[in-house]
This record gives sequence, C-alpha cells and structure tokens, in this order.
Amino acid sequence: MTAKVVTVASGKGGVGKTTSVANIAVALASRGQKVTCIDGDIGLRNLDVILGLENRIVYDLVDVIEGRCRLRQAMIRDKRLPDLYLIPAAQTRDKTAISPSDMVRLCDELRQEVDWIIIDSPAGIERGFKNAIAAADRVLVMTNPEVSAVRDADRVIGILDAEEKGPAALVINRLDPAMVKRGDMLSVEDVLDLLAVELIGIVPEDENVIVASNRGQPLALEGKTKAGQAFQNIARRLMGEQVPFLELETQNLFQRLLGRK
Amino acid sequence: MDETPSLIQIKGIRDGLLITLGSAAWPVLVAAFVKNVDERSSFFHGARVALNVGSNELRVAELSGLRDQLSERGIALWAVLSESLITETTAQNLGLATRLSKPRPEPTREVVKELPADAAKWVKGPLRSGARILFEGNVVVLGDVNPGAEIIAGGSVVVWGRLRGVVHAGAQGDEKAVVCALEMVPTQLRIATEIAVSPKKQGKIQPEVACLKDGQLVAEPWQNLGRN
Repeated sequence: MTAKVVTVASGKGGVGKTTSVANIAVALASRGQKVTCIDGDIGLRNLDVILGLENRIVYDLVDVIEGRCRLRQAMIRDKRLPDLYLIPAAQTRDKTAISPSDMVRLCDELRQEVDWIIIDSPAGIERGFKNAIAAADRVLVMTNPEVSAVRDADRVIGILDAEEKGPAALVINRLDPAMVKRGDMLSVEDVLDLLAVELIGIVPEDENVIVASNRGQPLALEGKTKAGQAFQNIARRLMGEQVPFLELETQNLFQRLLGRK
Repeated sequence: MDETPSLIQIKGIRDGLLITLGSAAWPVLVAAFVKNVDERSSFFHGARVALNVGSNELRVAELSGLRDQLSERGIALWAVLSESLITETTAQNLGLATRLSKPRPEPTREVVKELPADAAKWVKGPLRSGARILFEGNVVVLGDVNPGAEIIAGGSVVVWGRLRGVVHAGAQGDEKAVVCALEMVPTQLRIATEIAVSPKKQGKIQPEVACLKDGQLVAEPWQNLGRN
C-alpha cells in the first residue's frame, strides 16, 4: 500500500475544513479504504470532537514526533468504521512543536500502512499551514461562496503554486442555492471564474452538519442528507470516479428539460 | 579543521544577519551552513537571515528545503540575494525579498528615468491575491489580476485578462503611463500621483485604457481611441 496524502486547507478560518476532513475520511473509509486523518491544528484541535473520538485520546501527534510513543499508539481507531484512524493534535502545544520535515517523515512512515492520509490544516498561511502541506500529494482548497473566503482561497492557491504543491482542487462549501438564485450569494460560476482551478466538490448548506458535528457523528456515515452525499461524491472523485455534481439537481425539472434541448 | 569558514561568511547588518555562501555544490553549502548553525544554535536562534547565494541557480525545492530547515532551528530566512535570475524568481515566488534595502515607492524621490520602449516584464497569470510585481519598466500580464494582487510599474501596465487587483503605473512619476485591460474593474488604480477607484460597472464588458487627462485619471473603451 502506498497512501495518497491529501491536505485540506483554506486560508480563512471557519469555512468548514475540519468538518470536511472528518466527512471525506468517513466517506473514504465507508468505501473500504484504509484512512488515517491527522489533525494539523496543534493547540486548537477539533477533529477529534467532530469524529466523536475526543475521550479516547492518549497520545497525540507531538508525542509521536518527539518520540514519546510509537506511531501505532497515537492512531485512534474509529469503532464505527474499523478502517478509519485519527492522529489527534496536541492541545497544550503550538504550531512550532513540529516542522515540515517532521510531517514528511511521519507521512512516509504511515504511507505503507494505509490508502489515504487526510491532513486537516489550520487556518492561516504560516507555520501550521506549511507543516500541513509539506507532505501533501494533493491539496483540497476549501472556500465558502463569499468574497472574503474566496480571496483567501486565491492566496492559498497562489502559495501552493509557488511551493509547487499545485494544482489545487477546490471544494465550495455551504452553498445555498436559494440565495444564489436571489443573487445574494456568489454562484459556483462566480467562484470558479475568479479562482480558475479544478472543482472537486460542492457541498450545500445543511443544518444537519452542525447537529452531526456536535454529536460527533459525521454526516457522511449515512448518505441520506444532501451534504452527506456531497462528501461521499468528493471521496469518489478522489478515488478517480467521474461523478456528476449535485448542484445540477437543485434546478427544477422544467429548467433541466429546457437545458437538455 | 575544516573549510566551513571559507564557505560561509557571516556579517551583522541592520536587518539581522547577512550570510554569504562561497562556491561549492548546493548540498555541500547547505550541509555546511546547517552544521555551522547547529554548532552555535544559541547565537543563531531567533535570527533574521538574508542569504547571498552568489550565482547558484536554485529551484523552489532547494530554496524551500533550506528555508524549512532554518525555520526548524528558529531562524527566519527573509531575503535571498543572487546574481542568477532563476534564483531571484524562485525567491520571489516563495515570498522572499531579493534586495536588502526595503523598496520605497516614493514617487517624488527619484527623477523620472527614460526607459527604453522595450523594457517590459512579461508575467504569466493569473496573478493571485498576495502576488506583487515590482518593475521599473512596463509590465505585461497574460491572464487575470485578482483582487489582493498588486502591480507597481515605472511604466505602463497591460493586462490581457480581467484587472481586479491594484495597479500603480508610472510609479516614479511618469504621467504618460497607461493601464490597459480586457476588463477594467480594479480595486484601485494609480497613475503617477493620481489615485482612482473603479466605478460600479454596468453594461457590456469591453477592453479599456486608463490614462491621465488634464491631471484626471480616466478610463475609456478601447474602440473610441482610434476615432478621437
């Protein structure tokens, strides 16, 4: 096995990186893939909470890097999905506790054991972000359909190009089709028009996401909600499948018939 | 004992330390430098370092590798000085300075220089947020200039794409400088000492040229120019 390392980054905070990492990891694991997610947000860890694994943390990422435990000991196995693991971040340290080359070494060790390593990058473009992208084979850039988030995504894509980590793939999160229709929100086309990168996912706004995060039960565990389906689709696209975008389904039947002509 | 002193020269400057690397293969230089740092980690810790790499041609992986190694040792690499254009470009791509003195875009400070008409910098777009192009002559961009990107040119600026960022043409006082774009919707436009923001646009998108007319910054559709 040689794992693919996928980092999820955004620049701006609060756009849904951590939620997406949890859901993409769950979606991949539910498709029989062996997945380890790594929380790169040292000092402000969240991924454990969203995955519902908070109370099982014994060792963390910094313990592995500093040699206080073996890699295996820090990998928390998800009880719902036996092929899903989490390496949590340390909460009592900061971003400087690890370095880009530490991440490369860690991922190289992990690569032999799993199919996918999904890294949750902290917000910002400083040390934590540099750590998170150091080992990445692929970077997913998250944004929301709003001007400030798109601006930060643009900056991040520029840095990824400069560091030769590109081309980035874009995930547009929290899209509200009704608002777009009223002209109150940037559309997918508006965002792509500015960022000019490959689109790998569109996740609709869905209040179930918040409920799921609070419960530690990622949506993608059951593919019933729209957002859960969207994350499943991202996982399938990562695995190389061609999957049409959900967005099209929000058009009504009449529009679709007209569009087909 | 070893030849590291001749490979590495360290000098204190106003902005921190200036380290000049001698001539040797890049991995040798890096190893020698890192060894030197490790031997005197308390001296180097927290230092701001400018690196003179001479004529070494360095790519992103090499330069970012050294930057990361230094950052692990608590050293901030902020500038790379080089005689090689390739290395300079690499450093700029990584957001590092390539000159020691901070550039001061003081338009009145310098006398307007007559630049040869063909002195232009060719930039492949898109220029994304955070990108900064600073050039004494004309600048031509193939692609969009996104919000948050900045072009400061001594001469004119031509954007074959959408201009949504900030452009300062004639930054050293040249009032004849112009700015052209296929779609002119800049965050802010400056020519010489005049500043303007783009009005809310309606109607069809068309190429425009901005210039100074009687001290006013105006933008006009490209079609009309030939007829006036």
